[in-house]
Amino acid sequence: MAFFEKLFSGLSKTRKQLDENLSEVFSRDSIDEDLYEDLEELLILSDIGVVATQDIIDNLKRDEYYEHIRKPKALGMHMVDNIRKMMQTCEADYSFEDNRSVVFVVGVNGAGKTTTIGKLAAQYRSRGKKVMIAAADTFRAAALEQLTVWAERSGAYIITGREGQDPSSVVYDAVSAAKSRETDILLIDTAGRLNNKKNLMEELAKMSRIIDREYPDAVRETLLVLDGATGQNAISQAREFHAATDVTGIVITKLDGTSKGGIAIAIQSELGIPVKYIGVGEGIDDLQKFDADDYVKALFYREGAEDAGETEEE
Amino acid sequence: MAFESLTDKLQNVFKNLRGKGRLTELDVKAALREVKMALLEADVNFKVVKQFIKSVEARAVGSDVMNGLNPGQMVIKIVNEEMTALMGSETAELELQPGQAKTVIMMCGLQGSGKTTSAAKIALKLSKKGKKSLLVACDIYRPAAYEQLKVNAGKVSADFFGIEGEKDPVKIVRAAMDAAVSNGDNIVIIDTAGRLQIDEELMDELRRIKEAVTVHQTLLVVDAMTGQEAVNVSEAFNEKIGVDGVILSKMDGDARGGAALSVKAVTGRPILFVGMGEKLEDLDQFYPDRMASRILGMGDVLSLIDKAAEQIDADKEKEMSARLKKGKFDFNDYLESMNQMKNMGGLASVMSMLPGMGSMLPKGASMGNIADQIDDKKMARSEAIVLSMTKAERADPDLLTPSRKHRIAKGAGVDIAEVNRFVKQFREAQKMMKQLPGMMGKRGRFRLPF
Repeated sequence: MAFFEKLFSGLSKTRKQLDENLSEVFSRDSIDEDLYEDLEELLILSDIGVVATQDIIDNLKRDEYYEHIRKPKALGMHMVDNIRKMMQTCEADYSFEDNRSVVFVVGVNGAGKTTTIGKLAAQYRSRGKKVMIAAADTFRAAALEQLTVWAERSGAYIITGREGQDPSSVVYDAVSAAKSRETDILLIDTAGRLNNKKNLMEELAKMSRIIDREYPDAVRETLLVLDGATGQNAISQAREFHAATDVTGIVITKLDGTSKGGIAIAIQSELGIPVKYIGVGEGIDDLQKFDADDYVKALFYREGAEDAGETEEE
Repeated sequence: MAFESLTDKLQNVFKNLRGKGRLTELDVKAALREVKMALLEADVNFKVVKQFIKSVEARAVGSDVMNGLNPGQMVIKIVNEEMTALMGSETAELELQPGQAKTVIMMCGLQGSGKTTSAAKIALKLSKKGKKSLLVACDIYRPAAYEQLKVNAGKVSADFFGIEGEKDPVKIVRAAMDAAVSNGDNIVIIDTAGRLQIDEELMDELRRIKEAVTVHQTLLVVDAMTGQEAVNVSEAFNEKIGVDGVILSKMDGDARGGAALSVKAVTGRPILFVGMGEKLEDLDQFYPDRMASRILGMGDVLSLIDKAAEQIDADKEKEMSARLKKGKFDFNDYLESMNQMKNMGGLASVMSMLPGMGSMLPKGASMGNIADQIDDKKMARSEAIVLSMTKAERADPDLLTPSRKHRIAKGAGVDIAEVNRFVKQFREAQKMMKQLPGMMGKRGRFRLPF
């Protein structure tokens, strides 16, 4: 098939084009339709999504007109600034870390919930917090073992259930244990579930209700863990998990690859849920608090962007 | 972005062009803009989309609109065909070594893509073909990956091999080959470590495994929810270690799965299986045509188009529309259109496949329960009534006197009241047909009145 061969041979070239970044887009001489088209492409390639991309571009065109922005560079800075402002988190977003709290961690399969919990536990422990982990993933083979390893490494308590046990009962036990042992932070791991599975989302809602009912004096945080390479489906994940458990923050994992996690922008602009942590590597300290400045930089300015002169043919 | 939206949008694009015989460049461009957006929303890679749209445009401009389709449907038909062709026109099988010879399969992919689960699923699938599998734990990094594979191996009654604490995957794989021989396994499935990123270290590890033992099939596991990144991931794996086939995991979610198209476009390798659930038996064959309509987000509209294209005989249609214009719609025509509809799977199924039906329904009524209310049995009885008429009666409804009706009722095995009701409805329909020129295309193409 002709199209196929064309695409295949074209990809080595395409690959280089993919690396075209924002500074290149905005290093043109003037602001024109071509610039906007390249920008659109760049945004979509970052998984920001068609809708949010359109919003960003429409806003930018409007600002260009009303604020008399003439230079492409200024336009670029204006856009980055807009996005940064939108993504900014504040102190209060992390109040749960310094109070008695329950952190309920949810997400689809393979997003990185268990690893995130392990890393959070280690970080809180190193700050001298009394941490307990509840392994309410009673479905996945060996989920318990994985979490136990993390708990041992960090010196956190762990409450486990049997494989196949009702996860709600694990949550109940964990909350009672956390109360009697007076732990600072209770981290609850749940089984991964796809957001379109009604009964599993129901199960999650039930666990959530148990936490609210049994542990009302704890600060409640619900973190949705998203794989950084996820595309537009992340929006529907966020929407459904939010409906079931009232998500208060997003964790984006696996951002150390080439994926840029642009989906965070789409979620923030559509649902208003802030990103609180990002995972940028396998080490314990590679789970970091979200920083809007760094995020925007990573999203739009690739490493080596400063190495000018690396112009590609075509 | 509702799933049905693409068809609706295309219908909007073409709403002034009903009955056009040929697609002009302008029509196609307008329609393809919508297709492009739909593909991007489905996470097909931007570059792939661009190329794809170009090739569709080249084919669509100037092509004739098939009878039975509107221009929007015609564009979708072409888009769908091109997309299906791109994803591999027929379903591919996992290639095994002949007879009892040992086949070595290596799983690879990013972390969390579903390698370990897919490995066990494949073992189960092959056990149904009488193969005996050995699952080899080669993920030396993730805590408890060893355990997970071991537990899953037990669940699918496959053999398991792993060396706890061993940090050299090559040693594990070599030892596993010996174990396979002594166990008498004819399939060896190697589960490898995933990484957060495509790094040289990981690729090197996989390459060393491949050098140490003969790997017959290297399978790349890709999460169906993957976004634009799918292109880079699959390109990296294919370039550095070579991929023979692809497994698309987590297809039971509601992701449209545009990654499938990107991966296929980049690697050129077939998608062998799709993961359809958490249970170990949930591994299905991949069907390119189904995937195409899922990516386009159009459900069964496509199969309706196919069926319409197959079933509606252009000549008969013309003849019928000519008769219609003269106001001559008789029982023979009725029988004819009934048959066409039956060939398309009955009225209920046609209704449920129709795009834009939703907006025509009263509030609260869903597509599903409307379709349920349409009684295919009732239509069968109507057909029996017509078949119980003489040829003369079928051609001329005015012949139907009460005594003839009695005879027909007996013949059809129904009550006389039902014959009366049917004839009355038929006359009303006849009247309606004369009054509704909109139902016929400008060039005289007859459109089914539903």
